[in-house]
Formats: sequence, structure tokens, C-alpha cells
Amino acid sequence: MAQKQVIQQPGLPLSDPTQPSTTVDLEIASQWKLMWWKFRKHKLAMAGGIVVLLYYFVAILAEFFAPSLPTTYIDQYVFAPPQRLQFFQDGRFDPFVYGYGFERDPVSFKKTWLVDEETVIPVGLFVRGDEYTMYGLITSDLHFIGPEEKGQPFYLLGSDKSGRDIFSRIIYSSRVSLTVGLVGVAISLTLGILMGGLSGLVGGWVDNVIQRLIELLMSIPNLPIWLALAAVVPIDWPALRVYFMTTLILAVIGQYSWTYMARVVRSRFLSLREEDFVLAAMLDGCSTWRLIFKHMVPSFLSHIIASVTLAIPGMIIAETALSFLGLGLRPPVVSWGVMLQDSQKVGLIATSPWLLYPGLAVFIVVLALNFFGDGIRDAADPYH
Amino acid sequence: MWQYIFRRFGYMLFTLFVISIISFVVIQLPPGDYVDTLVNQMASESSGVSAEVEEQMRALYGLDQPVYVQYFKWVRNIVTRGEFGYSFVYRTDAREIIMDRLPMSFALALGAFLIVQLTSIPIGIYSAIKQYSIADYGFTFLGFVGRAIPNFLLALVLLYLSFRYFGRAMVGLFSEEFVDAPWSIARVMDLMRHLWIPAIIIGLDRGAGQIRTMRANLLDELNKPYVDTARAKGLSERRLLWKYPVRHAANPIISTIGWALPEFISGEAIVSIVLNLPTGGPIFLAALFAQDMFVAAGFILMFSVLTVIGTFISDVLLVWLDPRVRLQ
Repeated sequence: MAQKQVIQQPGLPLSDPTQPSTTVDLEIASQWKLMWWKFRKHKLAMAGGIVVLLYYFVAILAEFFAPSLPTTYIDQYVFAPPQRLQFFQDGRFDPFVYGYGFERDPVSFKKTWLVDEETVIPVGLFVRGDEYTMYGLITSDLHFIGPEEKGQPFYLLGSDKSGRDIFSRIIYSSRVSLTVGLVGVAISLTLGILMGGLSGLVGGWVDNVIQRLIELLMSIPNLPIWLALAAVVPIDWPALRVYFMTTLILAVIGQYSWTYMARVVRSRFLSLREEDFVLAAMLDGCSTWRLIFKHMVPSFLSHIIASVTLAIPGMIIAETALSFLGLGLRPPVVSWGVMLQDSQKVGLIATSPWLLYPGLAVFIVVLALNFFGDGIRDAADPYH
Repeated sequence: MWQYIFRRFGYMLFTLFVISIISFVVIQLPPGDYVDTLVNQMASESSGVSAEVEEQMRALYGLDQPVYVQYFKWVRNIVTRGEFGYSFVYRTDAREIIMDRLPMSFALALGAFLIVQLTSIPIGIYSAIKQYSIADYGFTFLGFVGRAIPNFLLALVLLYLSFRYFGRAMVGLFSEEFVDAPWSIARVMDLMRHLWIPAIIIGLDRGAGQIRTMRANLLDELNKPYVDTARAKGLSERRLLWKYPVRHAANPIISTIGWALPEFISGEAIVSIVLNLPTGGPIFLAALFAQDMFVAAGFILMFSVLTVIGTFISDVLLVWLDPRVRLQ
């Protein structure tokens, strides 16, 4: 923690003589290195960052991490409850799950699931299962986890209305839901830097018009407009186009759209315009282009990154909400919102609460992104 | 000051104008109109419709005219007669449907708004002055959870819990005996007793954010030299806190209070859809799916009008609260 002392008391000699190099390090460290040192101390932010990285890692290799394909179904296991993973068998480590049994109520014919302790389904790592093709390049049937014998019921988080594995579908969904956040924020950031930069640099009536436009967009309630725009997307569009259209809608209108980015960028430009180093650069005859990209942008890039990280969870939640209402992404695309559509039927959540697990996936990643973003924001702020 | 208010009023009118265009255009965008839907429906129910009848139906609903004519007629009817057009699905005046549900939407959004404003700022203050106490950690935890859980998901979880433990959905707006009862004092009281659960669901996200903002801002303020000076001069802790730091810390929240309104209206819509509350949300969604355009456009317009008027009021209040705005 020697670094912290130095940061707080610049100019004082380092108290710990065993680490003489840190002072030198600190003096020559780049802005990014300083940020990293500060960020590293923020335990929750580090944990959040690790969770976020894990999510994206699993999303990239979804085919490998999911025990089955999102379309694989076993029709006798409809709305099967989650199986508990058992780790020890006869006193040694040998993971397995119990099979399913069921009985029917003689009066209502309602199916009740039971745990069949007679049937043991051995579970292994790096097992062979459904064949998949990853990104059209690699064809394999290797899965990170799964039943050792292909085709056995393996529902760690239960199954849905068609007997498909919810756990696998959550993993596949993460690919769609997490990229909606990234792509959406990329679009809103581009628009935001353009409009916010224009507003902050040119000023005058341009600034005025852009500010009024932003205020106008911010005073409209998001959800009704999103829903109305999403309802316009034709039913027969291919999945990819619907995906981009939905993302575009979220990037243009809403709390975390370009209006948010533009406000961040503009306020940074306005405050930087007054700084001495900008004036110095201007007096030295810097071109506007060089002034912006060499002098101004690097000094607020960290703030932009923090704002972006805090905008991604907003996008993810928005996509989930839209798809949940049936106006965003649609099956056969799997996203967390699409999966949650099933839980709109009240009776179903009462009998099969595991349909809500995709919501848990949303909750965890949003929480992690918030911690991560807060950490970056604190690290990027030189005044705290 | 009057100039400022006048200018804000002008913006409000302009915003309303733009919103009315957006509402109308958005509803016009889907290919085909209601008559197409109706014709398809009739065709599938055996009796086909001749092109002539189709044209007559278009003329009847005014769908044969150019879009801008339809728009001006629509706006004129709303402004002069308060008529929102015809609901194709319910086969009645769209105004009846909208006005039947809108007051409930408004009550719910306003309830959520009031609960959030009345609780989050005091909690933020408490968290800041009792920094690192158990309560502070509790509220910080609540703050993070509240920000991470989307309100519709919270509504779903609540729905599940009420089924699990009470065997039915306990989250309506009225007790059974009041659902269809005419308005009375007792019914209003009953509504009040039920309103707070959905209101908290709607407001949790915003409230959590405001607690965190208030806490962080106040902590910054309390570390400033002027607080030490005031304390050294013997000001009581209570006065010391309320006189400057709290006001200063609450300013960013109060000055953006207007932007909270769109959030509450949005939250109200989606939470009502999940909980199937008798407000505008579920009907609006159904109207979008059915392409019942006058009802859908009317709802978008009225949701927006509520927020824009609310934003205007908050702007005016801000003038009253913050002398800096007055002097601009």
C-alpha cells in the first residue's frame, strides 16, 4: 500500500525503504498505470471485472460451455425441475445427478416430478455430446460439462416448455444479450461523441439546437416509444436484422442512448476548453484536429470508458425488457428476455419457478458491470 | 425569472408538438392498416370482403386520406374536442379506453415518485452521517441490488412469492370487494393500501441511485473546510448539517427531478403489464399488438404529455428553489 501514501503525499520521501523503486515508478507511470493501481485496490470492482470477463468468455465459447444445443429437447422432460449436482459417490469424488421419476395425480392427472435415486447419471468434464459448429469454423462435439453418456437428461437449472435445457439456453443467450449491450453502446457512443463534440466545440446555435434535441428526447418516456418502434419491425425480417434494429432503437432513444453519451462528452469538452494546456496547445498553433485527438480526447477517455461501462447494463436490461414483452428479439433467437417470455404466464411461474433463472443471469452480470464501472469511474477521477 | 418560465413553456409546447408527430408516425409505420387486419380476419372466417367494401371501410375510418391530413384531423379532434379517434378493437371511442386507464397510470407513477423522493434523500443523509454503520452497509447493499434488478423482474419474483406463500397474486390495486365498485372514499383508501407495493417496485431503481448519489455528495460536502469552520464556531450538529451541506448535496438530484418522470411512467407501464394492473400499460401493449392505432397513439401522446408537463412543473419549482437559475 506504499503507492497510496505516495499519491496522497507527493514530494515526501517514501516511508518504506524496502521498496525504493516505487517512487520512481509512480513518477514515470503513465496515466493508465496509475488508474490500474487505483482500480486494483477496489476489491468489489475487481470482483465485478472478473465476473464480467467470465461472462464474456463463456459467451464467446458458448457452444463448448453449454451442455447441449439451445434447440436440443427431450419431449418427456417438459418443465422438469433442476437436478442437484452430487459430487461424491461411495465416498469418492465422482459427480453425478439423479434421474427423474414422476407420478400422476389420479384426479387431476397433474404430473409431479420426483427424484429417482435409483438412476444415477454420471456427469463429467470434457464429455462428448451434441455436435456443433463454432462460428462456422470448428466442428466438434466436446462439451465442458455434461452427462457422460449422450442423451441422458441433464438439467442443472431445469427445462422449459419444450424440454430444452435452461442452463444451456442461458449460456447461448448470453452471447446475444451481452453483445446487444456492446453494439448498442458502440452506436450510442459514436453518435454521442459526434453530437456532444460538435455541441461542446462549435457552441453557439449548433450547441443550442443539439441541447434542445437532447432535452426533447430525454423528456419522452422511453418504454412506450421503444415498444411502438419495436412493434413496427416487420414479423418476417431475418433474426440478424431484427437484432440490429432493436439495438439501434435502444441506442437512439432512451436513458443510456447517445443523448447520455453526448452530455458526458459535451461537459468534458466545455471544462477542458478552459484548461491551460489546451490554451497552450492552441497558442502553439495546433490544428483543431490535433487539439481534439492529441490533447483533449486522451484526457477524458477514461471518463468515457467509465460512462460506457455504466451504460452497458442499462442496454442489457432494456433489451431484456423489450424481448420479455414480445416486441424485441424473437424466437428462434435466444436471449435472456426471450427466455423470460415464458414466465409471463402467471400460472407457469407458480409451478415452474426455475423459468426465472435467466433473470438471475441478468441480475448477476448487471451487478458485476455496475461494480466494475464504479471502480473505473473512481479510478479515472483524479480528485478522489 | 418570468422570461425563463416563459421560455420553458415554449419548449414544452414545442416538445408536445414533436411528440404528437412521433406518436402518430410511429403508429402509421407498420405496413397495412387496421382494415387489412380486419379483411384478413374476415377472409379466414370464410366470408371474403370485396374491394368495394374494403374501400368503404377505409373511407369510414378516414384511412384513405394522406397521412398528414389524418394527422391534422387527429390533432384537431384531440385539441378541440378531446377525441382520440376510434378504437377498432373495442369498437368504441378511444377516449373512453384511454381515460378509463390513464388516471390509474398517473396515480401509480406519482405514488412511486413521491415514495422515492420522500425516502431516498433522508436515507442518503442518514447513510452519509452514519458512514460504515450497519445501516449504511444495509442501504449500500440495497442500493446495488436495486440498481441491478430490472423492475419487471422484481415484479415477476414478487408474483412468484405471492403465489408460493398465499396461493394467488397478492399484488392487485384493489381488494376483491372494491375491484368493480364505484369510486368512494373507502375505495380510495383501499387503493392507497395496495399502491405502495407496485410503487416501490417501480421506484426501487431510481431510489437506489438517488440514495447513492445523496450519500456520495454529502460525504464530499462534509469533508470541506467550511464545515470544520462552522463546527469550530460552535454551530450545533443538526444546524450545521441542514444549513448548507444537505442543500448543496441534494441539488444535483433536485435539479434533475424532471428527468425522473419519464422513468416512472416507463416503469409503471412495464410493471403493470407484468402484474396485470388495471392501468394504461397492459391496454397500450395490447393495442400495439392489435394495431389499434388510435388507442396506441393516444396512449403514447398522453404518457408523454404527463411527463412533459411534469418536467415543466419541476423546472418552475427549480427556479423557486435555486436562486442561480433565477439570475440566469
